[in-house]
Amino acid sequence: MSSSKINIMVVTGSRERLQMAAMVASVGAVSGSEVTVFLSMNALPYFVKGHDAAAPAEGEFGRLMEKKNVPAFKELFQKAVELGDAKIYPCSMAMDVLAAKREDLEPYLGEPLGLTKFLSDATEGQIWSF
Amino acid sequence: MAEKKTIDARGTYCPGPLMELIAGMKMASVGDELEVLSTDEGSAKDIPEWINKVGHQVVSTTEANGTWHVVVRKMK
Repeated sequence: MSSSKINIMVVTGSRERLQMAAMVASVGAVSGSEVTVFLSMNALPYFVKGHDAAAPAEGEFGRLMEKKNVPAFKELFQKAVELGDAKIYPCSMAMDVLAAKREDLEPYLGEPLGLTKFLSDATEGQIWSF
Repeated sequence: MAEKKTIDARGTYCPGPLMELIAGMKMASVGDELEVLSTDEGSAKDIPEWINKVGHQVVSTTEANGTWHVVVRKMK
């Protein structure tokens, strides 16, 4: 088993990018990597409880995904946590802007994290941004 | 006594079948065989990759009528 670290910053609200971020997080986490996800900007509102709106497609592929039975990105992020022990942190700045409290967010998210801490934790390993 | 369990992941796409297999693996005992059914060819390639990486065993990979049957054994 590899003991590599994968750090993923997600700021997009587009379906394709959220999907790819969730795929990297879940497959990385179940393959033995230590995965940390930092959710900010347009990505965070999808993780507010009760936010059921579908992420808009960026292009043709995203529209195609909607018609097929592709695993939902939020489900994949949750599996990354449950099956692979990934850590998913909401950005504290984005929470302030949204006026969201920790209890407003999905329960599989960790405690709010600042950018300084994410960056200092991410000095080792791969960094992916979506 | 080792058991054989079937995980029907037909109709979903990568990494859906892999995630369903891993969830099944957590419940299985060492020595058990799990057979994943998948209509997604990418998963039929990716599952053996994952199995080898984490140290389980691929028993067989076959395709019939558009469905891949990937049989694996839990080794640890």
